[in-house]
Amino acid sequence: MITLKINGVTAAVEEGSTILDAAGFLGFPIPTLCHMEGLTPYGACRICIVEIGEGVQAKLVSSCTYPVAEGMKVRTASKRVLRARKMILELLLASCPQSKVIQDLASAHGVRQQRFKQEHEDCILCGLCVRMCKEQMMAGAIGFRSRGEKRSIGTPFDIKSETCRLCGGCIYVCPACQLRCTYTEPDKAICGGCANLPPPCAEKEAFDDMMCYMNPCVACEIEKDAKTANMME
Amino acid sequence: MSLTANKPSGGHGNTEEKVNLKAIPEILKRHAGERGSLIPILEDIQTVYGYLPEEALKLVVSETGRSATDVYGVATFYRAFSLTPRGRHLVCVCLGTACHVRGASAIAEELKLQLGISDGETTADKEFTLETVNCLGACALGPVVVIDGHYFSKVRKSRIRQMLEDARSGCINSSATDSSSMFPVTVNCPVCKGGLMDENFTLDSLPAIQLSISSAGVSGRLRLSSLYGSPECAVEYDVPAGSAVEVSCPHCKAALSGALSCSSCAAPMASLDVQGGAVLHFCSRRGCHNRSLDLTPSSCLPEGGGAK
Ligand code: FES
Ligand code: FES
Repeated sequence: MITLKINGVTAAVEEGSTILDAAGFLGFPIPTLCHMEGLTPYGACRICIVEIGEGVQAKLVSSCTYPVAEGMKVRTASKRVLRARKMILELLLASCPQSKVIQDLASAHGVRQQRFKQEHEDCILCGLCVRMCKEQMMAGAIGFRSRGEKRSIGTPFDIKSETCRLCGGCIYVCPACQLRCTYTEPDKAICGGCANLPPPCAEKEAFDDMMCYMNPCVACEIEKDAKTANMME
Repeated sequence: MSLTANKPSGGHGNTEEKVNLKAIPEILKRHAGERGSLIPILEDIQTVYGYLPEEALKLVVSETGRSATDVYGVATFYRAFSLTPRGRHLVCVCLGTACHVRGASAIAEELKLQLGISDGETTADKEFTLETVNCLGACALGPVVVIDGHYFSKVRKSRIRQMLEDARSGCINSSATDSSSMFPVTVNCPVCKGGLMDENFTLDSLPAIQLSISSAGVSGRLRLSSLYGSPECAVEYDVPAGSAVEVSCPHCKAALSGALSCSSCAAPMASLDVQGGAVLHFCSRRGCHNRSLDLTPSSCLPEGGGAK
């Protein structure tokens, strides 16, 4: 057992658990985005940051990947944490504003503005779908490709995967595409088009214009429109 | 588990040619059981083919039992790996900070103009591939251009044409090897002037030199690597190690060996004409790799010619 202090409360947790586990055990909420029970922690979104250490030694770490250590002092909601978290949300909003999950998180954290160049990414590279496919569905049909700016998720060689069983697990866990299809009028809410489709990922050869292999999905049109608009500028 | 390409989309698949996958099992065997062997395997494949053919990657997937996503992820992650065929010559121009302030962008533009391609592309004749990098660690020499592993320092626009010509004529090391003393030669029969290059037989991923040989009443074909300095060769029948063979031209049947004797084992040397004006001598005794290049006054100096 390891004893640590979270927000001043002493707790004893099992060795090998993460700060997120420990905080959950004590009932301190930490928001997460790329973390899901049953999947290996990945630490991609940084929403779950907490502050550990004291004074000049204090630093921000992602609680979903950070293992607890003896005598550790954790603050889950210090000023610094909240400010950083807000910034992270603002950045996420800048890249993927149409995600309901991100919108909800942003509003819950009082993010009222977005000061960066607006983009309409359909993926925040949180890796949930990749882990879902590999670890829970035992398929490994999709994975990360390339790196840096060009990093993307998809099948090897961009061809229809033979290992994919069309389970739809990837779409189920995707924070970017859940309830996304509001097209250009947010007040119209979701179109429901995707909900009436047979299993996604269906007989589709090229994924080029589509998000999460769904067709038809009007949300993808937003991205396309934004791109053409950018090009014309 | 295998992935069959019903229709290779995008730029990856090379549809025109079937890739010869013979070299792959050998590579896989060499790295079998090693931990963390994926990158060495991919490196070896790239050395043989010049790029990573889709079929080869699929073979790696099915043979090693790794997941296709992992293999593809690694292959696309590193800049050093290419999934599209590259040209025979790789031209790499540095756009790093130091090279940039010394005019690398103008050099890059000039290269693009002369080759008629942009960054990452290959010329239609499959001769050149142009790539850009951000610093090669040779900043003091900037602007730096690397052609087939050969560094050109303080490059000026006016030199580019010559550099590319040298690369084309093989005066710079071949891309098939990274050893600086190897370069490809094209040879003819010194008697009938017939070409001796066998386009259908490759050694060191270059067309091989083909010759007729005979010894003790048996005759057959001998193929030598056209990479000068490479010991690679293939013989059609079993020549006992240590015995010398009679070398003749496959076209005019003229004997090519005997004029000189090997400086290290005294067996007869065979001589061939090298295009561009030189004579290639090689020892006819199996197991002796003595070769030399006689440079008659020529326009093409193989080493350092274009590199100053
Ligand atoms: S939930 Fe911890 S980094 Fe995303
Ligand atoms: S900037 Fe070109 S070598 Fe460093």
